[in-house]
Amino acid sequence: MDLGLFSQYVMNGLMLGMMYALVAVGFTLFFGVLDVINFSHGDVLMVGSFTGLATYLGLDALGVVWPAFQVTAVLAAATLAMALLGAVIARYLVLPLKSAPALNTLLITLMLGTVLREGIRMFYPEGANPKPFPALLPTDAYPLGNFNLRIDNLLMLSAGLVVIVGVHLLINRTKLGLAIRAVAQDEETAKTMGINFNLVVLVTFAIGSALAAFAGIMNGLYYNETNFGIGLLLGVIGFSSAIIGGLGNIYGAIIGGFLFAALQTVGAVALPFASAYKDVFAFGVVILIMAWRPTGLISEKVSERV
Amino acid sequence: MNRGNASLANLLPGALGIAAATAFLILFLSVESQAGIAALLLGGAAVVVATARFGGIARMRRSFAGDEGAMNLVVVAAALVLTGFFYEDHFTLLLVATVMIYMVAALGLTVQFGYAGVLNFAGAAFFGIGCYTAAVLTKNTALPHVLVLLAGGVMAALIGTLLLLPVLRTRGHYSAVVTIAFTLLFKTFLEVNDTLGGPQGLRVDGMNLFGWRFNDNIEIGETLEISFFANYVIGSLILLAIAFAFVRRLERSWTGLNLDAVRLDETAAACFGYNISRWKITAFTIGNFLAGLAGAIYAMMLGFIAPTNFTFGDSLILVSIVLLGGIGNPWGIAVATTIVIVLPEKLQIIQEYRFLLYASMVILILLFRPLGLLPRPLRSYVPGWQPK
Repeated sequence: MDLGLFSQYVMNGLMLGMMYALVAVGFTLFFGVLDVINFSHGDVLMVGSFTGLATYLGLDALGVVWPAFQVTAVLAAATLAMALLGAVIARYLVLPLKSAPALNTLLITLMLGTVLREGIRMFYPEGANPKPFPALLPTDAYPLGNFNLRIDNLLMLSAGLVVIVGVHLLINRTKLGLAIRAVAQDEETAKTMGINFNLVVLVTFAIGSALAAFAGIMNGLYYNETNFGIGLLLGVIGFSSAIIGGLGNIYGAIIGGFLFAALQTVGAVALPFASAYKDVFAFGVVILIMAWRPTGLISEKVSERV
Repeated sequence: MNRGNASLANLLPGALGIAAATAFLILFLSVESQAGIAALLLGGAAVVVATARFGGIARMRRSFAGDEGAMNLVVVAAALVLTGFFYEDHFTLLLVATVMIYMVAALGLTVQFGYAGVLNFAGAAFFGIGCYTAAVLTKNTALPHVLVLLAGGVMAALIGTLLLLPVLRTRGHYSAVVTIAFTLLFKTFLEVNDTLGGPQGLRVDGMNLFGWRFNDNIEIGETLEISFFANYVIGSLILLAIAFAFVRRLERSWTGLNLDAVRLDETAAACFGYNISRWKITAFTIGNFLAGLAGAIYAMMLGFIAPTNFTFGDSLILVSIVLLGGIGNPWGIAVATTIVIVLPEKLQIIQEYRFLLYASMVILILLFRPLGLLPRPLRSYVPGWQPK
């Protein structure tokens, strides 16, 4: 394989990895504070991507064509709307079921995911068809050998990096982050220390969902297309990435995301039948990983209390 | 003699309830206008709520607890009356058979997560394995069709064993993901695999049981011609009766008790010497077998199958049926399947929105009535026994 093609695969893997990592961080944050899996997370991402698209179309109709402003507005609208949606999900669906069996939370978020997916399919104008996503970033490319380094990919990668570093700083350097970590460690003790548990949960869900919206916009920009079904795939892969890294561990989730993307890329290159069976391969890998390491490569270090 | 009268009097509320439900279903299935259907729905719901309010449902429950065998016969008779009423109506009979087939699949799911607590979000995939097995076997072999039905179940159970390791090693959320991934994998696999017809799907031959050809209309004398779907209604009714009796017996048996113990508290059950894996494998395999069986007859009835019948949404519909009916209660499944399958077919407005509607319905059920419409009663080993 020549270097150009190789770089192309690496770039592709990095982009996928960044998206998976962003989704996985959301899963891991939710699991940290509340010990629940929010199965609607992938569909929140999809709704975020559609919110961004709708914002762009709205701006377009208003005659705003300044690209930098468009990107900012699309990102802001999507992340803020999804942060709100995440908080609403936590407040009205997840927190009320806190003392119910874990199965109920799982089912309720799964069903919410279906509601979101079907809602977009039915009520977004022609939502059942794939939608072209506008190229908001400069699409210039620098040829390096026979590999075209595209500016927009580079921009997205750096933006993703900035977001991840931002989350890291938020969790480790701010009072809010301290509260999140405290709640994740021990809910009761955190409460007695005067931490507003419900507020921390809502904020955590808001942050995680905003990250998903960011990943949704990235997904749209990268593929120049979005459709109502992307959430299911990205949700399952994001969750698997979070598991690979060990649920509740943010850095594990990031590593897991990139690892999964690497695996998928290598699979697509190495296996001759892989192009058609790309998704089959990805899901097969998910199942195998779960069988091999049920609680992740870096597993949770908590023994179960009976 | 006196006792006989007492038990007959005890059976009356249940029998009346079933008769009323059958009459309502017949009326509901024969009305065509959308406004009429909506009015019937509202009226029916009002009657059910009123009956429940005045203790009617509790009395019916007592009938069922008192002599279940007799009540089962009443229900079968009701199903036959319903079939007889629509004897030449293809569409309605197809609907009735579909409901029964879905009940069989939902019974499988009940064994899995109603009894043993093994999550399975791949119900539609195992159903689909049954369908595709039937398609391939009827096309390429001359296997008797009884065996094809069984092969559908066995194939689903066999492919299910591939998932056993990940399902056993994982718990809760983790095992949910394994089955979700499997559903997605199954559908994408069918879509790209050309030998299984790809996205276009496959044709399936009709059922032929020892020379009894299911796809021919039944002609009695010169004038009476019965729709061929009646064959499938009878066939699936037999299948359903067997599956239902099996699941009820399973629940009453030591196996059922063990499965409950495993679901309620794995750690405690393990402490008492239960082999957790063994019971989970048992439940998972039985459930997949039932789903595959249902799939095989479904494929033969429809005559055509395609990957779009086996999406993640369809798996969720099966889960919705189990939850709506009341987890672990086979009678609840009967009610829920009828609602979930018949409603969108009759009320055309909601056909498009059915996934949306059922998902919202389950969310509401989970928030406000987590035990479902008909919560599972305690086991009664003695007929007529009532919990205090």
